[in-house]
Amino acid sequence: MPRVSLWMVRAALLHLLAGAAIGATMLAGKGLSSLVGALALLGVHQELMLIGWMVQMVLGVGFWIFPRLPGRAREEHSGFAALAAVLLNAGVLAACTGDLGSLGWITAAGRAAELAAVLLFLRIAWARVRPYGLGAAAPGPTG
Amino acid sequence: MPTLTRWHLRTGLVCLVLGLLALLLAALPSLAGAWFALGLVPVAIHLLVMGWATQMIFGVAVWMFPRQRGERSFGSPVLGWGAYGALNLGLLLRLVGEPLQASGHRAAALLAASAALQLAAVLAFVLNTWRRVRGT
Repeated sequence: MPRVSLWMVRAALLHLLAGAAIGATMLAGKGLSSLVGALALLGVHQELMLIGWMVQMVLGVGFWIFPRLPGRAREEHSGFAALAAVLLNAGVLAACTGDLGSLGWITAAGRAAELAAVLLFLRIAWARVRPYGLGAAAPGPTG
Repeated sequence: MPTLTRWHLRTGLVCLVLGLLALLLAALPSLAGAWFALGLVPVAIHLLVMGWATQMIFGVAVWMFPRQRGERSFGSPVLGWGAYGALNLGLLLRLVGEPLQASGHRAAALLAASAALQLAAVLAFVLNTWRRVRGT
C-alpha cells in the first residue's frame, strides 16, 4: 500500500471513530434529555462520516488499487495525492469548525478545499480507470 | 473471499433494499407526516450509510487489506465478528426504537443500546483494521 494511501486510510478510520462517537451521543440523546444538546452536532457528524470517512477511504484505496499505467512507478503522482489528502483533511476540519462556530466563510473555505482535493484526485486517477491488459501494468493491489 | 466478508456484503445488500424500502414507505402520501414516516427517515439514512455503504467498506477491507502473518491472517475473529454482530444488532434496535420514539413512546433504552452497539462495532473494526493498514 503506498504511503499516501496508508495515511488516508488511517485518517479515514479516525474520522469514522469521531463521527460514530458523535452519532452515538446524538442517537442516545433522542431518548435522554441530558444529551439532547448533542443534536447540535449534526453538521459535524455528517461532515466526518460522509467526507472524512467514506470519501477519504474510497480515494485512499482507489489510489492504491487502480491499475497503474504501463511503465509508471507505483509512487508516481504521490506528491499530488499527498496534497489532495492534506486539502481533504484540512477541508473537513475547517467545515466542522465553521459549523460549530456558525462561521459561514470558514465552512465555505473548508468545502472549497474538499472540492480541490477531489479535483486533484480526479487528475491523478482519471487515466488509471482503464481495462486490465492494456500494457504491462500489474492489476490490483500488490500489498 | 473470507466468510466474514461474505456476511458483511450480503447483509449490506439487504440493508440497501431495506433502506430504499423505508424511504419508499416514508414518501407514500398516505403516510407522509405520520409519526411512523417521521421515524423512518433517519432509519433509512442510517440503513444506507451504515448498513450498506459502511458495511460494504468493512467487508471489502477485511478481504483486501494487507494480511498479517500467521493463522489470524484476516485479523482477530473476535473483533471481526464482534463488529459485524454489534453493527447489525445496533441497526436492528434502531429500526425498532426510532419509529417508537417518534410516536411518543419511551424508547430511550433501545436507542441508547443501539448507539452503544454501533459505536462498539466501529471501535472493534478500527482496532482490527489499524494493524493491517501498512506500507509495503
